[in-house]
Amino acid sequence: MANTSVVYDSLVKIVGKDFVSDRREERYFYARDGGLMPPHEPDFVVMPRTTEDVQEIVKLANREKVPIVPIGAGLALTGLVIPQRGGIVLDMKRMDRILEVNERARYVVVEAGVTQGALKNYLQRHYPNLRHSIPDAPPVATVVANAVIHGQGRLSQQHGFNSDMVSGLEVVLPTGEVCRIGSCSVSSYWFSKGAPLPDLSGLFLGWFGTTGVITKLGLKLYPCKKMRDVMVFLADKAELVPDIMLRLSHTEMVEDAVVSAAPLPLRFRGTFWVMAYITGDSDEELEFKRKMVWDALWEHFENRDVGFLSVPPDMKAPLMSMPSKDTTRFADVSKGGGFQYAGPITPIEKFPAFHRKLEEVAAKYNVFYASTTRLIGAGHCMMFSFSFSFNRANPDEMARAKKALDECSRFSLEEGGVLWKADVDEQKLLMNKMDPNTLALIRKIKQLLDPNGIMNPGNWEVP
Amino acid sequence: MPSAELKFDKTKCTKCKTVSCLTKCQYLDFKSKEQARKEWQKVINGEDSFILQSCTTCYACEEYCPLGNHPFYLIVERQEQKGILPAPRPIITMWINQCQPVGKFMVGKVEQRALSYCFLPHFATLVKGKLFDGIAWAVIFGQEFFCNAVYLHYARASIIKERLPRIIENIKNQGIKELICLHDECYGTFTSLAPAYVMEVPFKPIHYYEYLYNRLKELQSLISPLNIKAAYQRNCSARLCPETDHYVDDIFQLIGVERIKRKHDHEDALCCAEIIRMAKGPSLADDIQKRNIDDMAAFGAEYCVFNCPACWDSLALKVAKRGIKPIHMIDLCKLAISEPQSLRLVEATAEV
Repeated sequence: MANTSVVYDSLVKIVGKDFVSDRREERYFYARDGGLMPPHEPDFVVMPRTTEDVQEIVKLANREKVPIVPIGAGLALTGLVIPQRGGIVLDMKRMDRILEVNERARYVVVEAGVTQGALKNYLQRHYPNLRHSIPDAPPVATVVANAVIHGQGRLSQQHGFNSDMVSGLEVVLPTGEVCRIGSCSVSSYWFSKGAPLPDLSGLFLGWFGTTGVITKLGLKLYPCKKMRDVMVFLADKAELVPDIMLRLSHTEMVEDAVVSAAPLPLRFRGTFWVMAYITGDSDEELEFKRKMVWDALWEHFENRDVGFLSVPPDMKAPLMSMPSKDTTRFADVSKGGGFQYAGPITPIEKFPAFHRKLEEVAAKYNVFYASTTRLIGAGHCMMFSFSFSFNRANPDEMARAKKALDECSRFSLEEGGVLWKADVDEQKLLMNKMDPNTLALIRKIKQLLDPNGIMNPGNWEVP
Repeated sequence: MPSAELKFDKTKCTKCKTVSCLTKCQYLDFKSKEQARKEWQKVINGEDSFILQSCTTCYACEEYCPLGNHPFYLIVERQEQKGILPAPRPIITMWINQCQPVGKFMVGKVEQRALSYCFLPHFATLVKGKLFDGIAWAVIFGQEFFCNAVYLHYARASIIKERLPRIIENIKNQGIKELICLHDECYGTFTSLAPAYVMEVPFKPIHYYEYLYNRLKELQSLISPLNIKAAYQRNCSARLCPETDHYVDDIFQLIGVERIKRKHDHEDALCCAEIIRMAKGPSLADDIQKRNIDDMAAFGAEYCVFNCPACWDSLALKVAKRGIKPIHMIDLCKLAISEPQSLRLVEATAEV
């Protein structure tokens, strides 16, 4: 058992008293996220400013055998930064500097507390020809946390998971060493997270902070065209959606493809809204891409199975918004501001089965649903969200939403999907199904990197 | 409740000398008047005709018919009877669901006279200033007051017949005696569509052009002539109430606007084509829009005056790119009395 006053005093010595807290209100706040996982309080909250601060804190945690949980904005909704065993929450918000933009090699290096909104704003102001893959999370979501959970964003159709766009890492290992990953380990350039070296980024991405604390991250940037538009197609048969998505990705003209389904507002009921985003530097380029998209779906259009919706500007604006604000709106459908989703990553052929399950489960547990599906990497897979909103002041509704989510997660696994940003219960489901040798490898890596088991315990704990 | 029957007199068509409904059609080609007559007879008889498949639902034949016999409404009836889909099925589903009267609406301080926003949010932006003094708050808006004429585009006369009586009842229940319709689609519904289906309209529909004209006359001392040349963009539902077209000239004269004499105005007007895009695809729609805007430019239009907000949504940006200023009729009247334009262009493709 750690001596709490020793830990507190040591943390004050590292970051100063203004950036350490063991007060009840802070512990209450950091005990929970916006989702359905039960809260658990930390003992301390600390806000480091530098990599050296993080190093010192990690060394302290090792010495005192105190759990340590790095946190960005805490928006994963699946309780990934709820300190399951107490200890120190390492809030990275103060590490908020954008350190470098290499315009010609098209990457940015950020500290761990830099938010999506700050990066978007910075690039728009200073590098309007460059952009990054913005996830549909609130703008306060951090770039690093999004990569750590293998987030997706507005460029995922073309370039894969946002974590695939990482171009280098600086990590404080659980034992306190600072380690650079990728080209930045041998060069001053952050252009690659692995190739042509052994790709060690996989030791940290997707591990939810259980193998180290990422303090800096290189992220690939992409050309930002002058104009952008969205084309909205409607289908009323779930069976057609995989083919529509494949055809869209085949054009190689669509930077983002999203499918929405919800029973409300009424205009959504009974149809799937397929949004195809295109960009161009000129009207001609945009028009050419529009034509390619139309051509791709023409057969379905002629058969009257897929329709094109002319979208007026007031309706188009929210569709164009990055990030989308629809999630926020959906979160309050049940009046009470609660929402969570299970977002399995799965082959796109599973869309019809997943949608049927969503409707079935929503009816079974009497919860309001919506689903947003994002195409990832030229049709290699999709993220299908089983989303449910609930009133936080209604425990019964929350319990029903949790049951609905659990059932959807189990179903997704049975159908060959892989759970995304799995909560601790879902991680167990995944590990139960995982190849034993893979599981053993995870255990070995974890033991090797984090011998004292201090990093975000409870997550990815191989039995 | 028995479904309302369309008041259609086939003997009128037998005696018709012109078959204008089809020979004037801008989208269907007939080799001769006789071929048109033959095809039309098939439609009357409930037989298959290419008309039912190829109709763009531009509404124009309602205006072309010299006998007021509702050829377009008959086409819609026949399309529905034969299960023909003028637009892809999901689009029709979306429209049917979106406008269901499910108790969602907005009612302002309505007395015997009211303004109908129908289901178009643009009017909340447009209805401002002296033109609407004393009536700006007397508004009805939402699905419960939605005229439902849009289902003519989607071969769903049955929806109109089912929902329109309830809509009329809802308006009546507000105690409204005079309804100023801010959209041709509403006005045309109450003056053409409802009577065609023998539905009683227990209030007086007033076209907003008539209202604007009378109001401008009251405000005549404030008018500074605009001295501009404008193209007028006629919308599809203007075909349901062509008798109101003279108000365009009357208003323009009052505020010093020259309605350019271009090819695609009056009977030969081209619609905004967005419904056609959803029904037939982009080639025809792009062609119509290009011909329309080329025509505006060729005849020296400085402004394009819109009547319908949906036309605004589809064409405003495109005419602006050709150097023609888009403006809604209400805003044009505001300019004439030195009030600012309210409905402005949204650069829908700009944000990156």
